[in-house]
Amino acid sequence: MRICLAALLMSASLAHAQGIAFVSSEKDHALAVLDLATLTVTGTVPTCKRPRHLQLMPDRKQLMVACGDGNAADLIDIATRKSVRRLNLGDDPEAFDLSPDGKTLYVSNEDEGALSVIDIASGKLTASVPVGKEPEGVKVSPDGKTVWVTSEVANLVHVIDTASAKVVRHVKVGARPRRFALTPDGSQLWVSNEMSASVSVLSTRDYSLIDTIEFKVPGARSTDITPVGLAMTHDGKRAFVALGRANHVAFVDVATRKVSDLVLVGKRAWNVALDKAEARLLVCNGLSDDLTVIDVAAARPIKTVAVGRVPYAAVVVE
Amino acid sequence: MNAFAALMLAVLAQHAAAHGVTLLLRADDAQLERSRIERAYFGHPAGPASDGLALTLADGRIELEAAGAKLELEVVNVASAAAARDAAIKAERSGRAALVADLPGDWTLAAADASKLPLLNVGDAADRLREQDCRPNLVHLLPSERMRADALAQMLAAQRWSQVLLLAGPSADDALRAAAARKAITRYGLKLAAERAFKLSADPRERDKANLRLLTGGASYDAIWVVDSDGEFARTLPYRSVLPRPVVGDAGLAALAWANSFERFGAPQLARRFARSAGRAMTAHDWASWMAGRVLVVAAIAAPKGRPGAFAKALADAELDGGKGVPVSFRAWDGQLRQPLLLTDGQGVVATAPAEGVLHAKNTLDTLGADAPERLCKARAQ
Repeated sequence: MRICLAALLMSASLAHAQGIAFVSSEKDHALAVLDLATLTVTGTVPTCKRPRHLQLMPDRKQLMVACGDGNAADLIDIATRKSVRRLNLGDDPEAFDLSPDGKTLYVSNEDEGALSVIDIASGKLTASVPVGKEPEGVKVSPDGKTVWVTSEVANLVHVIDTASAKVVRHVKVGARPRRFALTPDGSQLWVSNEMSASVSVLSTRDYSLIDTIEFKVPGARSTDITPVGLAMTHDGKRAFVALGRANHVAFVDVATRKVSDLVLVGKRAWNVALDKAEARLLVCNGLSDDLTVIDVAAARPIKTVAVGRVPYAAVVVE
Repeated sequence: MNAFAALMLAVLAQHAAAHGVTLLLRADDAQLERSRIERAYFGHPAGPASDGLALTLADGRIELEAAGAKLELEVVNVASAAAARDAAIKAERSGRAALVADLPGDWTLAAADASKLPLLNVGDAADRLREQDCRPNLVHLLPSERMRADALAQMLAAQRWSQVLLLAGPSADDALRAAAARKAITRYGLKLAAERAFKLSADPRERDKANLRLLTGGASYDAIWVVDSDGEFARTLPYRSVLPRPVVGDAGLAALAWANSFERFGAPQLARRFARSAGRAMTAHDWASWMAGRVLVVAAIAAPKGRPGAFAKALADAELDGGKGVPVSFRAWDGQLRQPLLLTDGQGVVATAPAEGVLHAKNTLDTLGADAPERLCKARAQ
């Protein structure tokens, strides 16, 4: 986090970030490599079957991608763009997060209804925590003591104590909760509710509901507004929420919790990713097989690029 | 209610947080005979409704615990309408919160009339239970015959296959379902090119009703819509018509509440969980009983304290995820669960209904089945 912030301050004046983005596509068993200078796909990286969630490792030299059908994660070396290691993740892994020291992996296993805790060095499963069915979003607290997991079926956020590997609390949120974002001060946990067209804002102190942000898109019914992907700027001032079948991304002012802009993207806007300068937002469009690059300052799409079949998530490497 | 029953209720109320649910099943259900299940006709059940309910109750354990609620399932086999009625009376007296029924229509009505408990119908798709024979306490998880017919008609309209040859079987159910098909054909602007009655027979004197070439010849059409509640005739039809045209209805392409091969919206996870717990593939009937369980779980969480009125209201107002991408809920006007339908050829899901481009003033899901302005259910008059 600190490194990113420093980098952000240094590069904030640059109008166009350089670098590349890796985009997972569920049906290609590969990541597309998107050149951010030209906004073209310059190559692909083969992965385990049905790659979905992906994240940079703390050293920023490797990328981890979890595969739903492969029941594994590939560690991709960014320099060589090759998988250097495969880690067993158990049945149908979906989303994951890493401990702050980068040694432990927490992954949701959709089929089993469990959060698996995996020691990355040995690749061994150290604990399996039963949670509600179809667990999805996973987020580790900055101090590494807590993991939050959503259950799509139970409409709950499970609060898990990492020391004991036990659920210490269930927090009721909206319908079909999906993803998390945490404010930089760690005080607010944002949860996207796919079937409630909303984001629940929880206090991490006592898990009370601070607010529910409901989304509206002109011409769309609330059942067509299915928020999933969430991202927040490093200064914690602005959040981005992909509205799924409403084909828009909402820009939300974090302090007032009001929507400032709605940006039209491709079909079923899914996960979102920011570049380092937070000048561009990448939006994966699951039903139009493309990715929309948004100019954040202007709140307008710059270009939509075909990336692969059923794009799921992207990360930016600069 | 007599004094004894009142006492029983009081005793049970003290037991508190647990909501009891009674599932009424048909004793020796002929639909579940092995030879019938093996044929796997579209839209026919493949196992008891208890399988789907057991799965949701197990899936909901953590959610129920978190809310301090509990659901207990009891299964009662009944062999007649009278037995269904008696079981419903007994369930109400013993303080149960709801009934679930996988029974023939008349038995379901006997159970619904015998108590004030909400009754969740998971077995009968007949339109009359949603129309002239509807009840204030009766809700339906399986899509109605009209919903299924509308889904097919939307598909045909979207494909511009507007000239339809309708082939209908000889049973009373076939007659009702053929009427639903005609209604859907009119509603979605299709044309009935011809309508013919078929019969399973090898008798040469009846060959105009049994011979596929005679049944499908001498007319011009874009698609054949076959209504065959039994299933045996329909299975012989695809690829054997005079004109090379697709078959829809009870063979070829069917509109169902669920298809095991559906691969979106968390459906594969649900299908896999079901296969693991029941040891077989999940059918449309299983989805209905699974969904009934979800409704009960959601109602128990909304009203964990065990007050029957609050539970019934939470049940009727439930809006929930059915693994089909959009929230499903009960229509106030007939108690039918509005839901998307899947069009399947048995191998995959070809399309979903409502079809893209079909519009409705309030909720697009209400383009499938009886809509509010038709006012067909007097018992639930708004």
